[in-house]
Amino acid sequence: MSLESRVAEIIIDKLGVKPEQVTIEAQFDTDLGADSIDQYELIMGFEDAFGLRIDEDEATKLTTVGKVIEYLKTKNLDQ
Amino acid sequence: MEKRVVITGTGVIGPVGKTASENWKNALSGRSGIRRMTIIDPENFTSQIAGEVKDFDPLDYLDRKVAKRTDRYTQFAMIAAREAYAESGIENSIDPERLGVIIGSGIGGITTLEREHKVALERGVSRINPFFCPMMISNIAAGRVGIDVGAKGLNFSTVTACASSGHAIAIAVDMIKLGRVDAILAGGAEAPLTLTGIGGFCQLKALSTRNDDPETASRPFDRDRDGFVLSEGGAVVMLEELDRAVKRGAKIIAEVAGSGMTCDAFHITAPAENGEGSARAMKLAMQDAGIKPEDVDYINAHGTSTLLNDINETKAIKTALGEENAMKTPVSSTKSVTGHMLGAAGAVEVIFTAFALRDGILPPTATLQNPDEGCDLDYIPGKARKADIMYALTNSLGFGGHNVTIALKKYSGK
Repeated sequence: MSLESRVAEIIIDKLGVKPEQVTIEAQFDTDLGADSIDQYELIMGFEDAFGLRIDEDEATKLTTVGKVIEYLKTKNLDQ
Repeated sequence: MEKRVVITGTGVIGPVGKTASENWKNALSGRSGIRRMTIIDPENFTSQIAGEVKDFDPLDYLDRKVAKRTDRYTQFAMIAAREAYAESGIENSIDPERLGVIIGSGIGGITTLEREHKVALERGVSRINPFFCPMMISNIAAGRVGIDVGAKGLNFSTVTACASSGHAIAIAVDMIKLGRVDAILAGGAEAPLTLTGIGGFCQLKALSTRNDDPETASRPFDRDRDGFVLSEGGAVVMLEELDRAVKRGAKIIAEVAGSGMTCDAFHITAPAENGEGSARAMKLAMQDAGIKPEDVDYINAHGTSTLLNDINETKAIKTALGEENAMKTPVSSTKSVTGHMLGAAGAVEVIFTAFALRDGILPPTATLQNPDEGCDLDYIPGKARKADIMYALTNSLGFGGHNVTIALKKYSGK
């Protein structure tokens, strides 16, 4: 499974949104209805799925689906 | 003149049904909801039977996001509250700020607590779900129901173990009488069927170990009773000020005529000698309702099926009503079919009592075969009984020595 689909899958699972809502531009707060705790849970979901730790400063910058994918691409992920 | 408060909606999800009417039908027919546990492997417990909500999928009721972020006990509260709210038909006539919510729970989100505790031990505290606290706390059912129906009036939780929802309803009635709000969704919910929930009650030696015959294991007042059966579920009523209920043409189920609340101040789990505290609660409820012992036509007992409760509650009824009246008054325990829904029990039993007044039929103590020595009241054994009644009491007693009795009155259009 591609990185993009794995990310989408986690977002759909954690936020209970529809697959078509999860676009590259989608903002977690305004487009996907995630409050701050939702977003923190989502970050934890990425950490668990990809076996990494995202520090808080980095995490606050990950505001869209695209930014998460870009960020994860910079990591040497063991998929 | 003092305000009067009536029930205009009911909701129940529990071991004998997923709606109030289904629960009532099974309480009357005496169809037990107790089975061998499936929610957890029962092998290591002394009590391996329970009243589970059968085939429960929260997604049948709640959207995925809400379902994932609510403990099972909160889900039961929301489902029961939605039913009571819908049945009441109050939606378009009430100012949201005049609608309150009081939902009790004996324990709260113990399923969530156990799961996240395990995560913390195995994977570290940084892996605890960020929603853990707002999922686990025992007031969140009331908060969630407030969000769900948009009720912006007073909102809190009562926590008195097995008397929690009895207190919720008693306090709600007083709040409406005081004019704090015009209507309140009041009740309770419990989901105690977890490793430590079941294990803890087993260790207390409080539960029935009649594992080979689940359906008759909860047998209140019977000489062979050996403890209560742990159950889960939720029950909520819509309580409403009488005049406004009449004005909007609400369907009135019964009136809550009064309540009595006391404490044993005696022992953490055992009832006071001769059920002294419970007797005082019944007397206060009769006084509050302005009735005499001879006016009481039916009592829905706490009747847990433990050795101590049933004999002491029997003595308490004799003290409260006087020996002669007590012997003439039908008393039953619907826990014979539901098992003990702890924080939801009081509200379920208020609903059954309200239905008994409305329908003129008394639910039986379904599993009672051989009344114990000293348990010599008319417990309506086995079969429901037709009886046109005007006043009824229902008792809820909780660990901690908490006693609450609610007095209900048939509503006959005035």
